[in-house]
Amino acid sequence: MSTLSQTAAGPVAGPASSFLSVRDLYVHFATEDGTVKAVDGLSFDLERGSTLGIVGESGSGKSVTNLAILGLHNPLNTKIQGEILLDGQELTGASERQLNRLRGKKMAMIFQDSLAALSPFYTVGRQIAEPFMKHTGASRREARARAVDMLRKVGIPQPDLRVDDYPHQFSGGMRQRAMIAMALVCDPDLVIADEPTTALDVTVQAQILDLLKDLQQETGAAIIIITHDLGVIAKTADQVMVMYAGRCVERGTVKEVMQRPQHPYSWGLLSSVPRLDSSVDTPLVPIPGAPPSLLSPPPGCPFHPRCGFTDLVAGGVCATTRPELPEGERRGSACHLTATQKEAVFIEQIHPRLR
Amino acid sequence: MFRFLVRRVLGAMVILLLISMITYFLFFALPSDPALLSCGKQCDPQNVALIRKNLGLNLPIWTQYWHYMVGIFAGRHMPVGDCPAPCFGYSFANQQPVWGTIADSYPTTLTLAVGGAATFLTIGVSLGLISAWRQGTVFDRIASATSLLGQSVQIYFIGPLAILLFSTKLGWLDRGHDVDWAHDAWGSVTGMILPCLVLSVIFWSNYSRQTRSLMVEQLSEDHIRAARAKGMSSRYVFLRYALRGAMATIITIFGVDLSAVLGGAIITEVTFGLHGLGLLSVQAVLRSDLPLEMAVMLIGATLIVVCNIVVDLAYAFIDPRIRLA
Repeated sequence: MSTLSQTAAGPVAGPASSFLSVRDLYVHFATEDGTVKAVDGLSFDLERGSTLGIVGESGSGKSVTNLAILGLHNPLNTKIQGEILLDGQELTGASERQLNRLRGKKMAMIFQDSLAALSPFYTVGRQIAEPFMKHTGASRREARARAVDMLRKVGIPQPDLRVDDYPHQFSGGMRQRAMIAMALVCDPDLVIADEPTTALDVTVQAQILDLLKDLQQETGAAIIIITHDLGVIAKTADQVMVMYAGRCVERGTVKEVMQRPQHPYSWGLLSSVPRLDSSVDTPLVPIPGAPPSLLSPPPGCPFHPRCGFTDLVAGGVCATTRPELPEGERRGSACHLTATQKEAVFIEQIHPRLR
Repeated sequence: MFRFLVRRVLGAMVILLLISMITYFLFFALPSDPALLSCGKQCDPQNVALIRKNLGLNLPIWTQYWHYMVGIFAGRHMPVGDCPAPCFGYSFANQQPVWGTIADSYPTTLTLAVGGAATFLTIGVSLGLISAWRQGTVFDRIASATSLLGQSVQIYFIGPLAILLFSTKLGWLDRGHDVDWAHDAWGSVTGMILPCLVLSVIFWSNYSRQTRSLMVEQLSEDHIRAARAKGMSSRYVFLRYALRGAMATIITIFGVDLSAVLGGAIITEVTFGLHGLGLLSVQAVLRSDLPLEMAVMLIGATLIVVCNIVVDLAYAFIDPRIRLA
């Protein structure tokens, strides 16, 4: 299965051995008003056993990217270009049959709203057992036993009884656990968690994130965690990718991005997070304005209308030329500011706000 | 579940009681004298008084109503003859036992209503499903256009047209006749095809449109995407997840439509000249035949109320969130 389209993959920039490799991904939606460029030239890599955090505002293309990896966009109105290589297999051109065999088995997704993402009409056990039966050919009884196992693994008390419950009989946190069990029932190598804790209260949030980490250590799966919560990123991710208007504007390890962010948008994100240990009169600083329309993104740097540092760049380049991420580097940001300027602005203006 | 059922059945009984009272008392509010109507040519005051006494019309209305209701469950002795339960009395117009008349004509109506409902559910829901599966294709557009057409016609308009085309000109179908399941089962089937089709036309368009939009809505739900993310095929997800979600609403709409189906069956009977409850009820009203009116009314109401309870049960069966509530 993994040799399917190895040859068609062509030359791959960056480490070709990556477990998941996304190259120049474009996802465009045809709408009545024009083409929405939801993802506009995105590249990243992910290794087995590691976790990539994707942060950004709503509409920055986080979820769209991951639905593209799973091939879940409606082909009638979506144009996907670029390469997605999962364990050497090309996914963008894969047939529905090939994708059906990969989804749930090799790659799985944990959705944000577990009440909406579980069908109200079938028992939790059946929904967990379903992909297991399909992908492993297990019998109904074996699959049910597996579902009970999975529920136990994700910490549902009395799993042999709860397996026959319907989703509405579960609490929010339990439902999220059941969702995780459903995603992991076939031991997938890639798990995409789309805001897995957004709908949960903080204590449950921490439990769910711990659970994900534990399961990752057990299976060695690669995880992509999508969130707008920087706390979640700090707790779980190894690598971070900050997305804005369908592009990656900054990437690096979690330490680098959280402690020495380089992009004005990342500064904005960090400054707008309330902190327990900051003094009460430190104001939160929101990012002014709203994310740009992806129908007609602004020329130049898509962030420049909201950026407070465009004056530092000579000749108004920000409004005319789009900054690119440094090619082939693991750490970098797409911004016209020079490295020294970024360093200086962060230390003088941003860092004090974060205390 | 059991308590739910008990509650619904009790409620249904209250409704039926109210309907029977309203029908009964409304009849006597009308300026017509059944005794005079059934008196015939040699009518003199003695005769009228005798008939009035025989029919029990000399008693207070409440007493008459009481006798009538008791008779349904226990039977009663009437001056015209003995009337075993269920006794709906004797027709004012032709002095025949009402229950016998009803028993002769209800098979036609029941066949028509059940057959018509099955026809429009099958055709309507399938059309809607195919339209939703093949959104935006030529089939989808043609189906939508046809739906609009079906919704804007009436039974008494397409009925004669259908007879003319399919029966007289093409000779494909029987022009429609009464059923007689005991002696001519096959003839009963063929004789009902055209009436059922005609009755279904005005309904099926609604079901195809509703099914299509419900399915489109369901297909955009998160749990559909989640099921797809598990690797389930699109056909499986369409039938097992989306259709399951749409089904509850389709059944609700069906429950609301039940009385319209019975009404449609009556119009269809008259259009095709079938001898069912429809024709009977029209005659009853025209002749101020209270016992017949009451019987048709009560049987129709009972059917609808019972079907509604069945629909509610089906609803609970489909949606586990309701089952336990």
